[in-house]
Amino acid sequence: MSIVQTEYFTFNELMLENGEKLGPITIAYETYGQLDSNRSNAVLILHALSGDAHAAGLHEGEKDPGWWDSMIGPGKAFDTNEYFVICSNVLGGCKGSTGPASLNPKSGKPYALDFPLITIGDMVNCQKRLIDHLGIEQLLSVVGGSMGGMQVLSWLVNYPQSIRSAIPIATTAKHSPQQIAFNEAGRLAIMADPNWNSGNYYDGSPPAKGLAVARMIGHITYMSDVSMAEKFGRQKKWSSQKEKFTADFEVEEYLRYRGDNFVKRFDANSYLYITKAIDHFDGFAGKTVQEAFQHVKGKVLVIAFKSDWLYPSYQSQEIVKACKIAGLETSYCEIESTYGHDAFLLEIEEESHLIQHFLKKVFYDYEVTDGYAI
Amino acid sequence: MAMRYENIYPDHRIILEWVTPSASVLDLGCGGGELLYLLIKQKGAHGHGIEINVEEIYKCVAKGLNILHGDIENGLADYKDQSFDYVILNQSLQQIRQVDRVLKDALRVGKKVIVGFPNFAYYRSRLQILFGGRTPVNAALPYQWYETLNLHFLSILDFVEYCREKKIRIEHKGFLGKDQQVQLFPNVFAQTGIFLISGGKE
Repeated sequence: MSIVQTEYFTFNELMLENGEKLGPITIAYETYGQLDSNRSNAVLILHALSGDAHAAGLHEGEKDPGWWDSMIGPGKAFDTNEYFVICSNVLGGCKGSTGPASLNPKSGKPYALDFPLITIGDMVNCQKRLIDHLGIEQLLSVVGGSMGGMQVLSWLVNYPQSIRSAIPIATTAKHSPQQIAFNEAGRLAIMADPNWNSGNYYDGSPPAKGLAVARMIGHITYMSDVSMAEKFGRQKKWSSQKEKFTADFEVEEYLRYRGDNFVKRFDANSYLYITKAIDHFDGFAGKTVQEAFQHVKGKVLVIAFKSDWLYPSYQSQEIVKACKIAGLETSYCEIESTYGHDAFLLEIEEESHLIQHFLKKVFYDYEVTDGYAI
Repeated sequence: MAMRYENIYPDHRIILEWVTPSASVLDLGCGGGELLYLLIKQKGAHGHGIEINVEEIYKCVAKGLNILHGDIENGLADYKDQSFDYVILNQSLQQIRQVDRVLKDALRVGKKVIVGFPNFAYYRSRLQILFGGRTPVNAALPYQWYETLNLHFLSILDFVEYCREKKIRIEHKGFLGKDQQVQLFPNVFAQTGIFLISGGKE
């Protein structure tokens, strides 16, 4: 596996969708593969809520690869022998891009809650700046699951000329009340932690307990009834402790572990800001589908997963319906899976098959192909 | 482009002859996309398929086809009137629950509709019922009663009568026996009937 490095791009200022100005802004990003001579093979990968720019390969001295390494690399779905793959950390994040934990140039201290409310559109505007900086006029594709899929939709609507195709995966054009409710429970857990201190915790202890609970709630929604039963059953943890409310079942232990682990790598304020951006996202920006997709020429591949109850397939079908109405060249598949929402990170074989062939079709711009291998 | 007819299913051959060049097509229940592929490749058609079976969808995607995962029953509602030159229901008509509603919608969405189905009045089927007392299983109806996906058993005459009743215009028809087209007494000797229809009223 190849060693990769995170790079940083800084620009002066961005006018946010709410009218406020923010700057300077740094965007952390990684690239894999080579940009071809006519700059036509660039694929932008967009990460989900807790993702980062490190999508593939290994960082020097680390043993865990990037979050979508199974999909990005030589011979994989995003074949780095063919394509130039870019992944950046979102605005508002905490993995190298400007977010609430970054230093506010005005105060010399972390922004905390002085950080403005950002949107999915703001994240995408930053990505557009990055793409311009890399000298890419048109992306071969923009791809992402979950919140990444929302960014894909935002690219489609806001920069239709800048993309040749779009692959929204396990996502929605807008959150349902149920989805907002889960996010709100997570946010309240963070804000209920006394350490949160109205967001001012950067020189003390972070709201670790609150953030861990938020992550636990998240993890429950990412799995399915079946995947939990298969992974944990009702296995009990052996414990010598005599306390009453310990983690008795393996699932409890797992969620606690996941929660505690998350705290080490994620900023609680970022969690608040990003989940808010997700909840407020409206893919068609209040427009009719025809208006929103008016200038879209690109091909679209929509992917959903059968057991995903957080982003159920009906939401993907709504995106498909919009594409149909707009007359876009669209493919849609609901992949069989028992993994729940996590499937977009785990159902590699099926996802790769769909994406590989779709990308090739867009890249070489053909209608149908003879040389198919099934 | 020269037509190559080897290795093409006879029903696909007939449909290929009917479809005008560069037409837009919607193939409902397109399976692995063989027909749609031919239409694009040989007739310069464009369009997409709707298919319920995931494995078939993977085959379609491998062929470079645009394919939507879904059932025919609900697949048509989103399209505007006359969105396609042809809506195709080849060997899928008999598996739809609400045939009447879907056909009506197909005639709304497509300028023309192509329908292909197994002829239940095929003489072997008649003989199997009459003399065997058994539900027919033959080349036209290859599945046992407990494994067939067919919900409706119609004959060529049934369909012609249906079109007359609904004021649907039959523009072309093709009848297939084992290997070749059937000219004489199609309702007896054809395993498959294929129709190109248009219009239609309540």
